[in-house]
Amino acid sequence: MSDFNPLQEQESIVSVTDRVKPVVIGAQVIAIHFLGDRAAFVGAEETVTLVSGSGEQTPVAVASGGILCAASDGNRVVMGGDDGKLIALDRKGEVTTLATDAKRRWIDNVALHPDGAVAWSVGKVAFVRPPKGEEKFFEVPSTVGGLAFAPKGLRLAIAHYNGVTLWFPNMAANADVLEWAGSHLGVTFSPDNKFLVTAMHEPALHGWRLADGKHMRMTGYPARVRSISWAAGGKALATSGADSVIVWPFGSKDGPMGKEPAMLAPLKAKVTMVACHPKQDILACGYSDGTILMVRMTDGAEILVRANKGEPVTALAWNAKGTLLAFAAQDGDGGLLEL
Amino acid sequence: MSETTAAKIPVTVLTGYLGAGKTTLLNRILSENHGKKYAVIVNEFGEIGIDNDLIIGADEEVFEMNNGCVCCTVRGDLVRILDGLMKRKGKFDAIILETTGLADPAPVAQTFFVDEDVQLHTRLDAVVTVADAKWLSERLKDAPEAKNQIAFADVIVLNKIDLVTKPELAEVEARIRAINPYAKLHRTERAQVKLSDVLEQGAFDLDRILEIEPEFLDAGDAHDHDHDHHGHDHHHHDHGGMKHYHDEDMQSLSLRSDKPLDAATFMPWLQGLVAAEGAKMLRSKGILSFIGDDDRYVFQGVHMMLEGDHQRPWKDDEKRESRLVFIGRDLPEQMIRDGFANCIPA
Repeated sequence: MSDFNPLQEQESIVSVTDRVKPVVIGAQVIAIHFLGDRAAFVGAEETVTLVSGSGEQTPVAVASGGILCAASDGNRVVMGGDDGKLIALDRKGEVTTLATDAKRRWIDNVALHPDGAVAWSVGKVAFVRPPKGEEKFFEVPSTVGGLAFAPKGLRLAIAHYNGVTLWFPNMAANADVLEWAGSHLGVTFSPDNKFLVTAMHEPALHGWRLADGKHMRMTGYPARVRSISWAAGGKALATSGADSVIVWPFGSKDGPMGKEPAMLAPLKAKVTMVACHPKQDILACGYSDGTILMVRMTDGAEILVRANKGEPVTALAWNAKGTLLAFAAQDGDGGLLEL
Repeated sequence: MSETTAAKIPVTVLTGYLGAGKTTLLNRILSENHGKKYAVIVNEFGEIGIDNDLIIGADEEVFEMNNGCVCCTVRGDLVRILDGLMKRKGKFDAIILETTGLADPAPVAQTFFVDEDVQLHTRLDAVVTVADAKWLSERLKDAPEAKNQIAFADVIVLNKIDLVTKPELAEVEARIRAINPYAKLHRTERAQVKLSDVLEQGAFDLDRILEIEPEFLDAGDAHDHDHDHHGHDHHHHDHGGMKHYHDEDMQSLSLRSDKPLDAATFMPWLQGLVAAEGAKMLRSKGILSFIGDDDRYVFQGVHMMLEGDHQRPWKDDEKRESRLVFIGRDLPEQMIRDGFANCIPA
């Protein structure tokens, strides 16, 4: 009996790790956005590295300090820094300073509208600059935790302590406030403009049905939800914060109310990043141990993109067509996968 | 645990009333030749003259946690700032957080207990309170914030002692000790304290609960081992000419037992106590000896939040004794004493 060795568990998962083009950034990456056919790896400090499909890297100096937030509309990446500057990087790799805080206060959040409007926040004040017309600002009662433009019209959701303010910068009317006790640190509209969801400081999401303000509590996470991504067509919301990807159904008019979320791709590590494929029912997810999987949302089938290398995954993104997946871990070790 | 603790960035909270000498101390910390780089979080950004590369303005936003407990508050701005600072890891060795004279230290401390990301990357090193020797006695009478800051402190820098007489100094110290007998107390002029006495204290490190608190052993007696030139007998404060004060609403309560405690009784009692009375309890700490357990058990708490762990085996030459200290407002002393006594099997 002593020489009996149980069979090693078969590596049953399909792997595409050998098809990943390595991208070594060498410093922490906080976000990835695609600008045309190049992926912009946004560093935690100073630099964005543009990576072409062939793996060619072009570092671009964008900030003199830390980069606190980044958003993209596909044509440019806009970033806020701890040097008080709002910086845009376009497809050609050109850098423009959009705004500078006079007191060098941190620019904590940024959001972009498909029509070219940009929003950012400094402390309790949210700013909006339309493509044409003048810059406007709105002050909320506490520090802004997150910003999101509604998919239709010029409407900005401003997350803060105890709720979200919905502001129409072009209208004189008072802003609407959706209240819910607690600190709201991230905010997103569903692509169909029917729901608003926030990621809270405690491990939970909160949602509102915009038509009637009905509340949706999404709780049960062991850790704070830091990454959320809408599935193609907005029929579901994939989230980090647990040891599997938690996917809330948003296909019906009631959203996830009274429904259980799907729990996909469980591992013995925490999901840190999720990114849904823009067209198909597939998502990519990264874990605290460095693993990256592609998961079919209909049946949970998994494909291994990156093995567990230790450092947590900090950035994950698809290009608009859904033909390229880019990722990076905390130590700046990244990759590009062409499908 | 010690490895992860070492990798975490220490955060020193510098508090104290307006004019006590906080900024003087902060500037000394920043300018002294120690080869360390600090990130400094201040309120009222740009209002005070501080020369440092990394300086961040804070808003002192106190947020209630969504768990129905009113004393479970955190500093929302701190969560955000520490998260942002982690992007610049490697650019600084430690963080100093200056708070206003009106700020309550509890939400600051609780941020380090509650927030998982803050906990992952940083550790609260100590709460350092700078007090004005001339005015503190007055402030303790009229400003509850001043009392909170003394009660909460791990280190008290009693500044401007050159402006008071010896009896006045004795009086203010006695008042401090009536509230907080176990903080380290340093007497200074122009905030001239050794930086090693205020930085790297490890006051919230469970492993160092005893090490940093010589006063802890005799908690409840108002005296200071650092300076014995008053010539009075330390163990009988009433014989030394040093007045002994009892603060009307803020007290410390120390408990001890030579007999081991019954863990099955003690743990629910302690948890029940902080759940019921936590709003009144600013700080709690303890080193415990349990029946049938060869390890020392240590705990500490801020209001209703408790953390505890088996620390290490009792040493052979060490007295197996349980010691606890609670500092708080209007503590139900007899109820706590009775509850504790109930945890000691006859």
